[in-house]
Order: sequence, then C-alpha cells, then structure tokens
Amino acid sequence: MLKRIGVFICHCGLNIAGTVDVKRVVETIKDYPGVVHAESYIYMCSDPGQDLVRRAIREKGLDGVVMANCSPSMHEKTFRNVVAKEGLNPYFCEVANIREHCSWPHEHEKELATKKALLIIETTIEKLKRNMELTPMVVPLHKRALVIGGGIAGMQAALDIASAGYEVIIVEKLPTIGGHAIQLAGTFPTLNRVPCLMAPRMAEIASHPKIKLYTCAEVEDISGYVGNFAVKIKTKPSYINEERCNNCELCLGECPVTLPAEFDRGLSQRKAIYLTPREAIPQKLLIDPGSCLHFNGNECHACEEICPTKAIDFLQQETIAEEVVGAIVVATGYEIWDKMNVPEYASDPDVIDGLQFERILSPSGPTGGEIRRPSDGKVPKEVVFISCVGSRDPEHGFTYCSRVCCMYIAKQAVLYSRTVPEGQAYVFYMDIRSDSKGYEEFVKRAVEEERVLYLRGRVSKVFRDGDKIKVWGSDTLSGKSIEIAADLVILATAMTPSEGAKELARKLNVTVDALGFLTEAHPKLRPVETLTTGIYLAGTAQWPRDIPDTISSSSGAASKVISLFSRKELLHEPTVAWPDEEVCSGCGICASICAYHAIEIDPKRRVARVNEAVCEGCGACIAACPSGAMRQKNWTAMQFFEMLDVATGAYV
Amino acid sequence: MRVEISTKRIYSDFVKKVEEINGQTLPPCYQCGKCSAGCPMSFAMELLPNQIIRLVQLGLEEDIAKSNTIWICASCITCSLRCPRGVDLARVMEALRLITMRKNIDHVKISEIPQETIAELPQLAMVGGFRKLTA
Repeated sequence: MLKRIGVFICHCGLNIAGTVDVKRVVETIKDYPGVVHAESYIYMCSDPGQDLVRRAIREKGLDGVVMANCSPSMHEKTFRNVVAKEGLNPYFCEVANIREHCSWPHEHEKELATKKALLIIETTIEKLKRNMELTPMVVPLHKRALVIGGGIAGMQAALDIASAGYEVIIVEKLPTIGGHAIQLAGTFPTLNRVPCLMAPRMAEIASHPKIKLYTCAEVEDISGYVGNFAVKIKTKPSYINEERCNNCELCLGECPVTLPAEFDRGLSQRKAIYLTPREAIPQKLLIDPGSCLHFNGNECHACEEICPTKAIDFLQQETIAEEVVGAIVVATGYEIWDKMNVPEYASDPDVIDGLQFERILSPSGPTGGEIRRPSDGKVPKEVVFISCVGSRDPEHGFTYCSRVCCMYIAKQAVLYSRTVPEGQAYVFYMDIRSDSKGYEEFVKRAVEEERVLYLRGRVSKVFRDGDKIKVWGSDTLSGKSIEIAADLVILATAMTPSEGAKELARKLNVTVDALGFLTEAHPKLRPVETLTTGIYLAGTAQWPRDIPDTISSSSGAASKVISLFSRKELLHEPTVAWPDEEVCSGCGICASICAYHAIEIDPKRRVARVNEAVCEGCGACIAACPSGAMRQKNWTAMQFFEMLDVATGAYV
Repeated sequence: MRVEISTKRIYSDFVKKVEEINGQTLPPCYQCGKCSAGCPMSFAMELLPNQIIRLVQLGLEEDIAKSNTIWICASCITCSLRCPRGVDLARVMEALRLITMRKNIDHVKISEIPQETIAELPQLAMVGGFRKLTA
C-alpha cells in the first residue's frame, strides 16, 4: 500500500481551470488520507510543470503520484517517464482524467464539475494505493515484414523496407504484381508512359535478394502479435510445370475456351490457358480452373496434348506456406464501381468505364494504341466523359469523392485529343478537384490547349440513337439543357475497396469503415497505422488516392515498419490478465470472448492460459469469468471496490 | 429547349469571329463570376457578363443576340481589369457588338424615338446610341 501520495492538478490553461475550481480541489485533496502533497499548475506537461512533480517526489519523499489532467492517452507516458527519472516505478503514477471526463462535458456546471473532479481524483488515489510494481514485458521481434498486395502501394512499401535491409514477403492475389497501375495508359500531370514508371520497379522486386514474392496467393490465416505474426499463405496452382515450360505458346492456339480478358477489362479475349499481361511481372503461362473445360467435367486435354515439353500438370495442388513476420503492411488496393450499377448509363458497349478507356489509350492495349470504340472499331470523334458516377451520390452510390477521377479524366481527354486531333472531348462535371502539385495547371492546359469542353452538371440520361449515343445533361453555368451526340461515353465510376478486403481485415483484426476501407488509428496523427500494433496501411486500401499520395502513404507505412525493426526488442504493457489457477475451472468462456485471441485452455490442466504478449489488458475476460478466477494486474477487484466506495459514497 | 452541343457549334464561324475580333481565345474563362460581381451595370442586364462568355464558349449566338447585355455594357473595363484569368471581357463585348452591327442589325430604332427626344439629343449621343463604342 502506498502511503505518501502526491496529487498534481493541471489547469490546462482554461481547459480545466475555466470550469473546475482548481484551488478548491487542491485545498480539499491535500487532507485526503494518504495524500502528503497537492498543488496545481497552469501546464503540468510543460518543463516547469514536470519539474514541480520531480521536486515534490524528492523533497516530500512521495511513493506515488496522481496526475489530474487530460486523458491518459495524451500524457500518461509523459508522467510515468517523469516519476521513473526520480527512481519510482512508473506504475506508481496514475492519471485522473479531469478534462475529457469532467471539465469539457460539464462546461456549464462549474460547481458539479468541481465535485466530480474531486471524486475522480479520489477514486484514482484509491486505485493507486493498491498498485503493484510492474515492469514492461520484453517480447521477441522478428525483423521480417509481410506486405499484402503487390500493386504500386505494396511494391513501394516492400522496396522501402527491403532497401533498409529487412526481408519482405509480398503476397499478391493475382498472377502478377503491378496492380491497376500497369493497366494505365499514362499519368497526370506529366503524361509519363506507365511502362517507364513501373517496369524498373517490378524488375527490382523480382530480383531483390531480400524480397520473396508469392503470386496467385492469399493470406489464409494469421495469428500472433506485433513482432511475432504467424502467417499461412495459400498459393493457387498454375497447372504449369514452370521448369519445363519454354513459353512456346503452342497451347494458347489449341485451347478451345475463349473468354473476356480481365486485364483489358473485357475489351480483348483470352483462353482458359493464358499468358500474363506483357506489362506485368512475372511473365508466365497459367490455367484458369474456373473456365478450363478439364476442370469443369470435360475430358479436354488440348493443351496437354500439344505441349512439346510436357509442362501441363493438371494434378498440381494448392500449397500452404508458413511464415513468421514482425510487421504487416496492408496494401490491398481498390476496385472501380461496376458501371452496371447505373442502368441508365451502362447498357451500351460504347459506354465504358475509366479503366477500360485506359486500356484503349494504352499502346499495348486491345486496339494497339489506336483509339477505337468497342462496338464497331470506329475512331470516335465526339467523346463524352461523365464524372462522379457513383461518387458524391449517396442515393445511388457513395457519399465520398473518389479523388482521382477529375484528374484522370483530364489526362484521358488530353491523350485522346492528341491521338485524335480532329476529335472533341466533353466533360460533364460538378466540381473540378485538382488539388495537388501541377494539377490545376494541367486541367487548364487541357481546356486551353486541347480545347476540352467542360460542362458543369450531372448527366441525366444516356441512350442509343442509331450510330450515336445521345447524352442529355445540363450546363448550370449557362442554364442550358444540353444534348450531345457522342460516339463514345466514358464513365468515371467510384473507387471502392478491393474485393475481399473486409474478410482480410477480419483475419488481421483491423477495423474497416462502413464502406470497407481500412481504418487508420487516428485520422490526423496516425494515418498509416491501424489500432492493431504492428499492422500498417498503404495506398487505396485505406481511401481513394492517386499515385503520388499512394507512394507517400506506402513509404510512410514502410518507415513505421523500419522504425519498429530498428529496435532491439519490443516492450509490452504489463497490465495484463492472469488466471488464478486454484479457482479457474477451464470453462473457456474467457477464451471465446477475447478479441485478441490471447487466451487458450491448457488441455491437460484444464485452466486458462494467457499469452501475455498478446493480451491488451482490455478486461473483457475478467468481466466474463463466472468464477472470478481471471484477474488483471493493477486492476484488481479490491481496487475496483475501493474506487466504487469512493465514487458512490455520497449516494449510499 | 435542349440545345445540341457539337464541334459544329463550338467551333462555328461565330465563335471564330469573336475570337478573331477580340484577339484571344475564350477557353481560359473558368466561370468564376468575378466580372459579373464587379460590373456596375449588371443590374440592368438580362444576362450577366459571365453568362455571355459562357454562351460564346458554347457557341450559342442566338441567346446572346436576344439579350440586352452587350448594349448595356458601358465598356468601363472593370471586368477586364479584375479577371483572374486575363480575359479581356470588355473586348469580347465589343466584338459581339461589332458582329451584330456588321449584320446591319440596329439596336436603336430611330423611328421609335419620339421627335421631341431626337430634337433634344446631342448628335454625339445619337451616334453613341447606334454604335456604342465600336469603331
């Protein structure tokens, strides 16, 4: 039991002192049993404030300190370090939150607020009296990182971490890395061709000695905690013996199945056995078991029969690899909203989405870089872009702005105008959001040099009229209802989280918002971290972003991983749960309720076992335990009873 | 009425003429409305100055012809001085007046002006009424 407690009350400028009568609090609390010192100061967290605490510990021989100030999430660490400098155990310092829990919500009830502040401080004193000396636990740290997603975000994070000298494992769902970025025809505002941008990086990843690449792979299961994640990676078979295959491509001619190619977003065809896109790495053949006749009840062996090197292996099985990593970067990227969600726009082959037009504009795309429309291969002379399809439209799609569409429309309009000089591009928009370096100037160049005509208003209807597609819209600037007879219509559909991101988030124990975007730990101060320590976010898995923003966030996540790995070891809070084995009956309720999977039941002794390195000290198991066997360090039942006695003293 | 916007319209002879006479292209205007905000005559105009530019951008000559705006414009060049994009709107107004007058369309009909008024009007005002500030 602590007997010489000091209480320090912070004014926080007027944040606390403007509501709570701090003088009265000092006067009252200094006579409380166990308290030998009480004082207040304008900013306890400032250097002079911290000095007051240190001096009082020295001069009055304090054995415990209650800091009455803001939330412990702000300054608990600060003051625990302060008392540690004076030789006290840091767990003999407790924070009484009289700002967020008192002065802020009770701004207009000064008298009651002062009484409540006193009660909060008194309960904290009662807790502190029974605190035990604790030392943070040391947990091992595996200095290898897992990057989930091999798009431009995952690639950047992987390269940054690997170039700091740590091993990186990339898990990519598709057969190749590069993500959506390699589908693009060019970038804004510099109009770089994408191969020049992506190819060197993909090649670097493929040959980097510190990077291990799993393609056609998914994270099957994950357990553990920061420094010690155990990951199971499931790799789908390609059904090709890669050592034997010499990429002669004879099989491609024999395969009887033809279906729309995903990479060209349905604008070209592929076979059930196919070669990965030319833009991508690795270059290899694989069989898609979803469409291959052999895997769908037929006796087709066409590819196997023609293959001169006997490389086709229908018997290949899924493999599961196990890896241990210390940190995880989630870079699962985006999808774009299916245009089929907007029936009035989408039923025509010449109404396409933004990524489809990227493929049409791309020199390696389905039309070989010539701009031809899907229906009849004609060069479109009047092209209409429609922005905010699904974005900023809570009635039909989403509330948010997808952030990249304004700029990629301007880019596509410029690329189109330069390829088809006699053509005209029209853009229907609500606002032009060009909020980064060189972006506004780029849009203005599109308007002035390429004479792209921007029309302010949403489109109401798109319908086929013979050879043309009629677009009905409005120009709110002139108040005119407008009709354009277009040859091609491009929809800038909303950016949405990639498929399966929600499910993955559940496996990782990280949160997603209502839309399925991964949630950061703090929107301003911790934008690349999740609330689960050791798991970081990169790129569009978190929110719509363009390439430079994606690269920034990915490098940010990588720097967090590198700073984690630069430590010798990891420390973990010691205020964890522990079972009283004499009382525990091994019923397992605690294990089922633990959100962190920190508890298991010892199969032989039938008692709960807490993995202290995983336990976050939330207390859920203690509340759930029917026999009261589960305890928590420095949050004992005795402490709670004493606190409740004080808090409810006036009412009983 | 829904108007059809096409290359025929936005690159029409009318648009080319306006650009030729006023000496600059019009896409730079991003429709901020500052010209209309500062125009001392906008209270009397059927279409605001920025709307006139928008209609030129869309090639909607008839709508401009129907409105009194270009004749109310006092050519004080406040709009030109304030434009953040460097569009000389006063010159555009002038170009529009010229184009109209070259078609022998008079804004002022002498036959409708009462005899007594004509008697009192200085000759300069008569010329000004016809030609505004056009050369």
